[in-house]
Amino acid sequence: MAKNQYQLVTCTINGKEVEQMVDVRASLTDMLRGDFRLTSVKKGCEVGECGACNVIIDGECYNSCLYLAVWAEGKHITTLEGLMGPNGELSDIQQAFVDEAAIQCGFCTPGFIMTAAEILDRGVYYSDEELRKLLSGHLCRCTGYENIFKAVKKTMLRRLGRLDDPYLNT
Amino acid sequence: MYDMSALYEAQSVEDAIALRLAHPEAQIIAGGTDVLVQMREGKRAGKALISIQKLDALRGVSIDAEENLRIGSLTSFTHITGDPLIQQYINVLGQAVDLVGGPQIRNAGTIGGNTCNGVTSADSASTLHAWEAIVEITGKNGVRRVPIHDFYIKAGQVDLRVEEGEIQTAILVPKASYDRTYGSYIKYAMRNAMDIATLGTSVNARLSVDKKTFERVRIAFGVAGPVPMRALKAESFINGKPVTLANIEQFGKTVLEDINPRDSWRATKAFRQHIAVESAKRCLIESVKLAGGEL
Repeated sequence: MAKNQYQLVTCTINGKEVEQMVDVRASLTDMLRGDFRLTSVKKGCEVGECGACNVIIDGECYNSCLYLAVWAEGKHITTLEGLMGPNGELSDIQQAFVDEAAIQCGFCTPGFIMTAAEILDRGVYYSDEELRKLLSGHLCRCTGYENIFKAVKKTMLRRLGRLDDPYLNT
Repeated sequence: MYDMSALYEAQSVEDAIALRLAHPEAQIIAGGTDVLVQMREGKRAGKALISIQKLDALRGVSIDAEENLRIGSLTSFTHITGDPLIQQYINVLGQAVDLVGGPQIRNAGTIGGNTCNGVTSADSASTLHAWEAIVEITGKNGVRRVPIHDFYIKAGQVDLRVEEGEIQTAILVPKASYDRTYGSYIKYAMRNAMDIATLGTSVNARLSVDKKTFERVRIAFGVAGPVPMRALKAESFINGKPVTLANIEQFGKTVLEDINPRDSWRATKAFRQHIAVESAKRCLIESVKLAGGEL
């Protein structure tokens, strides 16, 4: 590459409007980690298979490794950091991951939680089979899938007010 | 960072055509779920890219003035599956693309990219072949339409003319194709998510008014040859025949006269032939049920 090509990107990250000059070769992962220090966005496979870099863009989940930073122009992006309250309080889904021990090494956790956040915000009741499919874009190499599933399902039941569901006692 | 020599971002379809004429060596990128992966692998490293990601006019599903179902080329798999027109007229397409990759890939990947790749395993391709879809291509001299069968030239190559500045802008399903027609798709793969089809089978059926005769059955396969293909001998066997399990059995067997799968590390030729016969039967039985027929 003879000369580097830069472009100004204006977007909203975790509710805050930002401007950033980016190299056009950068992925959104590169921009979020390198320029904004949002290190919940993990670099895993970087080819869209593991889901560790997953973020929400305009309400839908994307692997930010397969998304060019310049495509973020005008978009609303949410990372795991954006789920926390103003004083660093954990959101219900983050707390559920803690309570269910749905974390071992923690590398896949932010990506999983962002997918869970998108699913749960729909306010829909999903069957176990549907939930498994909706969570299928993430790899956990500690293979802690069962507890991750539990954390998401319990949060779904609580949000939908199904507090007498026996699953919550498992 | 991606190893690209330059990025040209199209702001409109006209702009994309002009960029293509100005940079004939550049690769078009839409959702990025294939092109960027190939760039990482080194296959497309160092290439220039023309991004059409921002052409929002190419997103969405509608019925056009000729009653064609029109799918904009940049419509994501997720949006196809969730679209009410798709669910009403060609539900099987929504089901087929709901098996691509995983949820995040289906949010990013586009039906235009899935077809322009020219890959036989693309989950949309067999269904689009089975429904005789038409590809709308826009270039410097305007729009031309190509039947999807002719759009695929050979493995990895489709009928997009760089010298004309062409890009794919929509996929059309004519009313004559979707009217009173019901279809089913089976993706045979090793895993449920993040896997490529060992074989893809898409069948659709239109029954006579009394639901006793196959008025029109069409079937197409992915990974049964170098490009997606129809099984025309099987179709001509079944069409006009009574709706019976015996005829469906024979339809499945006849598929072997049409297809030409290969041995690969994913599966042997013999295994692909076996699942082709079985999938053809199961898809047709399901299509008959959806069409209100009895077996």
